[in-house]
Parts: sequence; C-alpha cells; structure tokens
Amino acid sequence: MSLQVVTANRLRDGRVIYLDAADGWSTDVAAARLCEDEAAATAALAIAAAAVAARRVVEPYLIAVERADGAVSPTRYRPVRYREVIRAFGPSIAAGTAAKET
Amino acid sequence: MAIIKHSQVVEDPWTTVTAVDDPLPSNDQPVIVSLARWQADRAALIARRSPLGLRLSSAESPAVVADDLAYFELFALEFPAFTDGRAYSHARLLRERYGYSGEIRAVGHVLRDQLIFMRRCGFDAFEVPRSGDAAAALAQFQAALSEIDVWYQTAPDAQTPVFARRQHMSEAFLNGTAG
Amino acid sequence: MYRYDEFDQRLVDQRVAQFRDQVARRLSGELTEDEFKPLRLMNGLYLQLHAYMLRVAIPYGTLSSRQLHQLAHIARRYDRGFAHFTTRQNIQYNWPRLEDTPDILAELASVEMHAIQTSGNCIRNTTADQYAGVAADEVEDPRIHAEVIRQWSTLHPEFSFLPRKFKIAVTGAQHDRAAIRVHDIGLVIRRDANANVGFEVVVGGGLGRTPMVGKTIREFLPKQYLLSYLEAILRVYNQLGRRDNKYKARVKILVHETGVEEFTEMVETEWRHIRDGAIDLPAEEVARIRAYFAAPDYQTLSAAPPEYTAKLAADPTFADWVRTNIAAHKVPGYAIVNISLKPIGGIPGDATADQMDAIADLAALYSDREIRVTHEQNLVLPYVRQTDLYLLWQELRRQGLATANLNLISDIIACPGLDYCALANARSIPVAQQISERFADLKRQHDIGELRLKISGCINACGHHHVGNIGILGVDRRGEEYYQITLGGTPDEQAAIGTIVGPAFASDQVVDAVETIVDTYVGQRQDGELFIDTYRRIGNAPFKESLYGNH
Ligand code: SF4
Repeated sequence: MSLQVVTANRLRDGRVIYLDAADGWSTDVAAARLCEDEAAATAALAIAAAAVAARRVVEPYLIAVERADGAVSPTRYRPVRYREVIRAFGPSIAAGTAAKET
Repeated sequence: MAIIKHSQVVEDPWTTVTAVDDPLPSNDQPVIVSLARWQADRAALIARRSPLGLRLSSAESPAVVADDLAYFELFALEFPAFTDGRAYSHARLLRERYGYSGEIRAVGHVLRDQLIFMRRCGFDAFEVPRSGDAAAALAQFQAALSEIDVWYQTAPDAQTPVFARRQHMSEAFLNGTAG
Repeated sequence: MYRYDEFDQRLVDQRVAQFRDQVARRLSGELTEDEFKPLRLMNGLYLQLHAYMLRVAIPYGTLSSRQLHQLAHIARRYDRGFAHFTTRQNIQYNWPRLEDTPDILAELASVEMHAIQTSGNCIRNTTADQYAGVAADEVEDPRIHAEVIRQWSTLHPEFSFLPRKFKIAVTGAQHDRAAIRVHDIGLVIRRDANANVGFEVVVGGGLGRTPMVGKTIREFLPKQYLLSYLEAILRVYNQLGRRDNKYKARVKILVHETGVEEFTEMVETEWRHIRDGAIDLPAEEVARIRAYFAAPDYQTLSAAPPEYTAKLAADPTFADWVRTNIAAHKVPGYAIVNISLKPIGGIPGDATADQMDAIADLAALYSDREIRVTHEQNLVLPYVRQTDLYLLWQELRRQGLATANLNLISDIIACPGLDYCALANARSIPVAQQISERFADLKRQHDIGELRLKISGCINACGHHHVGNIGILGVDRRGEEYYQITLGGTPDEQAAIGTIVGPAFASDQVVDAVETIVDTYVGQRQDGELFIDTYRRIGNAPFKESLYGNH
C-alpha cells in the first residue's frame, strides 16, 4: 500500500495540520507521522479521533504521500493529490499583493 | 426524552402507537397514532373515550386531515433530521390556515438552536433529549428562546413583527405619547 | 442608502451574542462539530481548504465608505490584508480564526453589517442591479424591494431549513445586469398597461450541475404583494422540494419536474390563502424604507462639460478607460464609474485592505460615500461628476485600479477554485491570470470587443461559467486538472446556457484554446458583431473545427 499521513484542520484557527510521530500536530507536512501499512494508518486515525473528541482538530482523514526529491519539494515527502499539495503548501498564486499598475 | 410545554418540564401522559397493527393502550389512556393508523382505524379511534393525538412524518401534510382536526388534541410533527424543515410549514398551516389551537409538539431531531424558530411557527411543546435535571433542561430552553427578540416576519406566535412595532412607535410619536 | 434603526441594530447585536455563545459552546465541547457546523454556516463561516472562510453579506451590493473602511480594517486585523468579492455581491475572508469570528461579527455589526445567511439552506443575500437608482432605463430602484426582502428573509422562522439554498435577485432596469434569470427567484420591476408598478416573477433559474434559465410564473405582481407572493413560492418549495438528493433539491428541479403550469397553480393557490393576511408590509413601512434610497442632492450640470471633453481629447489612455469603464448616468453631467478588480494577471475580485481604504476615500470625495459591488466582481462608484473623472482616474491608477477592461476578455469572473475551495476539482485563478496575460494588450482587447469569460473550479458554478460567452469549467481527470469549454452562454435578459464545444483541455492547452476561439470569432465576425452575436449566427461548428479539426 501507499504511504499515508493523517491530516486535519485545527479547531481554533482552522489551519491545516498533520499528525506527527509524538501524537502531536504540526502545520508542516514534513513533520507528519508516516503510516506504511494499514495497521499504522488505523492506529493514526484512532489518535486523530481522540484529538477530535478533545476538541483539538476537526475532520481528520488519511492522504497518500510520496517521496519527493529535494528539488521538487522542501520536504522529504509530499502529498500525491494536487489538492493536498495546495493544502500543504498554500495557494499556488501570490495572493494579497497589490495589483499591478496598468 | 423530556417534554417541555408552556415553559415547564412536564410528565408525558401520551403513548405513541405508530404501526397499523400494534395494540392500543387501554381505553382511558391518551394515545398518539400515526396517519396510517388513523386512516386504517378511524372509527375505532373516534370511539375511544380518551384524548387522541396524531403524529405526522415530515412528508405528511396536515392538509390531509384538515376536516378531522376536531378529533385531535395533539399533533406531533416529526423532524427526522434538523435539516428537514417541512414541519415548520406544517405547524403554521395548522395554526394559521386551519385554526388549530391544541398542542403542537416537535418530535425527533429537535435541537436547542432551532427551538426559537419552532416556537415562532406555532409549536408549543418540545420533545428534547433528557440531559441533566429538569431545571437544567428548562434553563437551556429558556436561554435558547431569549436569544433573539426582534423578528421581521408575521408568524403565529405572540411576537409583534418589526414593521408593526415601527408603526406603533411612529403613531405614539405623532400622538405625543412616546416616552 | 438604508440605515439601521434600533430594531435592525438590536437584531444583529443579538445575533452576534448568540454566535459568541455558540462558538463558546463549541470550544467547550458542549457542541460537536456536526452540531456546530450548521450554526456556523448560518453565520457564513465555512471550513475551507486552508482555514476557515468567512463570507460577509453586502445586501444588494451597496456599501458606504464607512463600511468599506471597516471591511479593510477587518482584512488587516483578522486576516492577511486582503479579501475577495464574490459573484453574489458578498465579500470573503480566507484566513479568519474561529476564536476571532464573534469579534469580527461584532465589528461588522458596528457598521450595520452581518454574515447572516450567507451560507446554509436558507434564503441567501438578495442581489440587485449594481446601477440601481442611477440607470437611465430603470422603472424603479430595486434596492427598496431588496431591502424589504432582506428584512423579511432574515431569520425567517419557516424558511431557515429549506431543501437547499435559495437565491433571489432583483432588477428595475430593462437591461439585466443582475443575472436574474439564473436565480431561484428573479424579480423584474415593470409597469402594467395602467402604469402601475409591479414585478415580473421568474422562478427556477440556476447554474450548478443542472443549469436552467428561470421561467416566468407571473407576468405582473402588484408590488404591494411582494412578500406574500414570495412566501407562497417558498412555502410550496419548502414542502415539496426534493430532500432525497442534494443535486435535485433546488427549486429549479421542482419547477422542472412538476411542470411550470402546475407549479404556478400551486403557488397561486397558496397565495390566494395568504395574500390579504398580515404578511405584506403596510404602505407606510415601504415608504419608510424607500426614503432611505432617495437620490443624493444632484447639482444641475451640463452634460459633457468642456474641461472633461478636453481631457478626453488630450489623454487617450483616459479616453480608453472612459470608453470601457464609464456607464451613462441618468442625470446630466454625472457618470457611473466601474472600478475593475481585474488588473492584467491579477486575481479576479481580490482587493487589498489598502485598495479598499483608497476606494472608500475616493467614494467619500467623489461619490456621495457610496460604493456598489457587482456580481462580475467589480466595484462601482455611482454618483461621480464628469468633471471629477480625470482626477478620480489618476487616483485609481495609482492604486492599480484603473484597468480599462470592463466587459472585455480580461474582465474575467473566476471563483476561488482549488487554491482555496474545498469543493474544487481544479484551479480557476491561475487560468484567469494566464488568459488575462495572453490578452494583456488593451488595444487587442478593445478590438475583440465585449466578451464575457467566466471560470468555475467545479460544477457548482460559482464562477457562472454556464452563462459565459466563453465558459471554462475545471474538471478532475484522474488527478489532473482539465478544463471543459462552453460557448454561447449569456446572463442577461436573453439568458442562455452555453454549449460544450468538445473534449476538455489540459491546463497547458486551455489558454491556447481560448485564443483559437477568439481568433475564430475575429475571422468570422461581420461588421459590429459582438462575440455572442457571431456565435449565435454561426453556432458551435466553426469553433469546434478550429479547436479540434486537425485531430
Ligand atoms: S465553483 Fe466549485 S470550486 Fe469554485 S468556488 Fe464554487 S464550489 Fe468552489
């Protein structure tokens, strides 16, 4: 099976976060706990469910990640689906910059 | 489940019988039946000496029993999910179109944050999850109903819509009676 | 414009307190996410791709300078210094924290604004013609009635849990700038044979998975019956609209499945029961609301004064901007100014806090402190003297807000798409940016002429792609972003849904495809023909041929 990590949004501010190896949550996908098999994924989801009950996170789910070489991504792993790449690294556009002079 | 009626937690004297062939309680027990049961058993139900209530699913309009309202002392209107808002229309029809003045009870998925809409539409009894003691349930209920007291619409409850309050104010002003 | 009285203010204040309590109950664990979600949605708070997103209502697209300054302040204090104007005349913040939202709502309430019913299966913000009150072809100002509807629909006890969301748009003009025929209810203010004012009532339009142009169910509704008639439509819909399938739950499906005659009959029957009850507003109350929309104190000016025409002659860049971005005003010597939020290569509909402040200041100086938001994601200053246009234009240029592209190919409607939206299949904004860059040359754009290009990141069609002359829909093909193109849609009084031209294009082909379509039009057009006219004359085939012919 593919490599997976658990992602969610933090309840208080909505930020994208990933379950890390110490059962904590990080905004950095590079810090995410890698699940290499079904058992690890199930265990990680159970930890996430507890975090939901503890009102730390909302809507946790598993995403597939793949090994990325350093040139492509600042992390060792990056999400497979493009949607998750955008969640991990932010909008693909430079938002909030003043519009150009025309 | 607890019943809150007229801002009190009350004992529920009613038994609900929905299936067409389930036994009815004894003749002197108030009973709520489903529309199917009512339609199947009309004569027998009318012959009972105890109060009769009708439970309608959200797909069943009270229009189908518009001519039979005199038989019912209670309507239980179902919210199968809080997102299913049909019973709001049904309660208003009962109150405003058919002039029904008996109990209209909200049953099913009745959430604290929707009570205020239900009451406006003519519900006066609410089946709520029994959480904590009666006093706590009542306190919650009253807090929920007091959150908003400004309404723009005409509805069958006692609240005066804003447009009428505005008119009242300007009349009072013109008559020199404004405080 | 409308001002809150003590009742309006009390309601939004109570609503803020209510939401503050709901957020506290969520954070304390009294409410689960499932229970909290509908409550936050009723206050416009979504959980999007990166964070929460707060959608704030701008009723019928009218803002005061003070309100726009406050929106800028909120962008700076609680967000990342910018915000996004949407196709429903609302504004969205992309990064608010849940904990801050009660404070944001309180800041909004302090300037008579709110986020009530900007989401959820309820009656949403009522939209209107952005030229309301200043268009020459107007029967009556639609904002009066939109405000009546705003009040009536706010926390409507019966219609807060409809089968699906419900959108109403109003126009008082002959030319429809509010896309009323693709709303759940569209209202067109008309006069009958005796010069009485009333509404043509159009029901069942909408975009999304099953796009449909609305049907007229009543040619003329005397205007005093507005609310009882709306209530009749909503009551029929609330009871009979489908609740088993969210893609079939909009009123358009009910109208379609029941048939327009039978649907009309049900509405009319319901209406006969309630029409003379206590639903409709007394005339005094309508008059009270109407008074807020009285015209500003116009000066008596001559049309096209010499100092203005001299600037036009002397400065061709200014003249270009005037040609595209200025609309005729009903009062001589005045102009309607469109501020394009579509700079070349920019993000359609985005404005920075600094730009919002600048526009609010300019509105205070030149436009009676009033700003309008358009469903095309631009802004309007409705009351500008022609003699002030040159100064205003120079100021706008300094802020990057003077792009002379209104209704041209780079005036693109684009939804947030996959860069922000949790529902998206593909990105919209980069496609808009690339098309805008490709056609950056304004001279070329002017030569191409009026052309509405609209992009949605999924079939929900927030970017109105179905009614684009060129519509682009992002689709997901095995994890890749693809774009399906439709041609021939229009949102106006001749509303039409576009037709798919052929197989979708990969993201690196879509800009070329648009250029091919434009070139085909330019090659085929006859004198003075707009893109849409040429398309209607020649149909899909020539475009198909040039796009796919040699494959
Ligand atoms: S059209 Fe789809 S992608 Fe675009 S904003 Fe709407 S839901 Fe999101």
